[in-house]
Amino acid sequence: MLKYTEDHEWLRADGDEIVVGITPHASEQLGDVVFIELPEVGREVEAGEEIVVIESVKAASDIVAPIAGVITAVNEALADAPGDVNEDALAAWFFRIKPAEGVTLDGFLDDAAYQALVG
Amino acid sequence: MTELRRTPLYDLHIELGARMVPYAGWEMPVQYPLGVLGEHQHTRAAAGLFDVSHMGQLILRGPGVVDALERLVPADIAGLAPGRQRYGLFTNERGGIIDDLMIANKGDHLLLVVNAACADKDIAHLAAHGLHPEVVGDRALLALQGPAAESALASLVGGVAEMRFMDVADLEWDGARLWVSRSGYTGEDGFEISLREDRAADFARALLALDEVAPVGLGARDSLRLEAGLPLYGNDMGEDVTPAQAGIGFAIPKARRAGGARAGGFPGADVILPELGAAGRSRRGVMPEGRAPIREGVAIFAQAEGGEPLGHVTSGGFGPSVGGPVAMATLPCEIADGATLYAELRGKRQQLRVVPMPFVKTTYKR
Repeated sequence: MLKYTEDHEWLRADGDEIVVGITPHASEQLGDVVFIELPEVGREVEAGEEIVVIESVKAASDIVAPIAGVITAVNEALADAPGDVNEDALAAWFFRIKPAEGVTLDGFLDDAAYQALVG
Repeated sequence: MTELRRTPLYDLHIELGARMVPYAGWEMPVQYPLGVLGEHQHTRAAAGLFDVSHMGQLILRGPGVVDALERLVPADIAGLAPGRQRYGLFTNERGGIIDDLMIANKGDHLLLVVNAACADKDIAHLAAHGLHPEVVGDRALLALQGPAAESALASLVGGVAEMRFMDVADLEWDGARLWVSRSGYTGEDGFEISLREDRAADFARALLALDEVAPVGLGARDSLRLEAGLPLYGNDMGEDVTPAQAGIGFAIPKARRAGGARAGGFPGADVILPELGAAGRSRRGVMPEGRAPIREGVAIFAQAEGGEPLGHVTSGGFGPSVGGPVAMATLPCEIADGATLYAELRGKRQQLRVVPMPFVKTTYKR
């Protein structure tokens, strides 16, 4: 079950980690993605911290950490093939994060709520 | 905010699924469903159709207009043969650039094509110097660009293949008079076609019905011109940038330079002419290492850390045909091609190389 942020990220719980990517809506709005800079593995991040730079043919934008935690893995393949985000945004994960103590996905948008947001 | 203007192709853009954006007071297609990369590649491989109806089309006619325009534009307009077009600049007293434009000799009049965002000030500038252009308000302007542009247009219109780069001709399509020039803003061979607004959508549809033609928006227009090394008014040149600094000294021919037959005699000549070939800084091509695009405003340094900026990026982005980021920057002239410099991006210095432009081979049919 995916959860979503209002910043157009999708979140998927996998064991005790959360996998994060951007939504198809976000990828469509960005246009062709040409560059992605991922955070370092092991970095401790705060919720809302800008940790990914994503550049499309149009502009640069940031992706924020949806929750506090530690980055446990990044999708290195995206650095060489940023266009994968446009091909299949739900498959093109950006990073995995191990939530800080007590952080849950409660309160994030479910599919219906996200679809209502992007209408 | 004033209401955005729509071109005669607005409904067609919507039908084609374009994403529309405000641009220079107009509502314009930035991309179609194919996307900026795809549209860019299609233009380089086949033919792209662009709506450039937002650009100003001005007619000057009557005795003395050639001399009068030469007093505002450092170009050889007196030497411009009928059926030919030239690139030129409106300069100001400080030596800066009010606008860049195309000037065509249409036999009994001159046709000027100016930037959309500058049209009003250009008209006022002309009027202040006794020139009162007819503003062409009822014609669309399309550009068809790419290696298949000639065959595509020739399949609908006679007389196309005979034209050379920067030729202009009045041709006909289905009873509509076309003002055609063999020119463009992509580095590719191609044409720009002005026709009455009430026929524009039909003509565009006829072109789009051809397999080799796809609609292309402003996004790819920008990446195409960037790779072709073509400057954009407002980014790479402006009222405080001289022609030499903008790297467009080539727009000023011998006849208007020191020692020429009609040297000087245009606004800012005393600043502009001595600087040609001797400017302190100029527009240069730079290629960043890695994949991160460097965009307008990014500072460029000589060293990997510290120091004062040498200049900044005036236009930059991803070059789809180059397969990596490309940019134009204003830099001191003493920096040689091949030099390694550093762009400061998000607080980090990123290596780049100064390179000659264009970034891709241009294919104008000279």
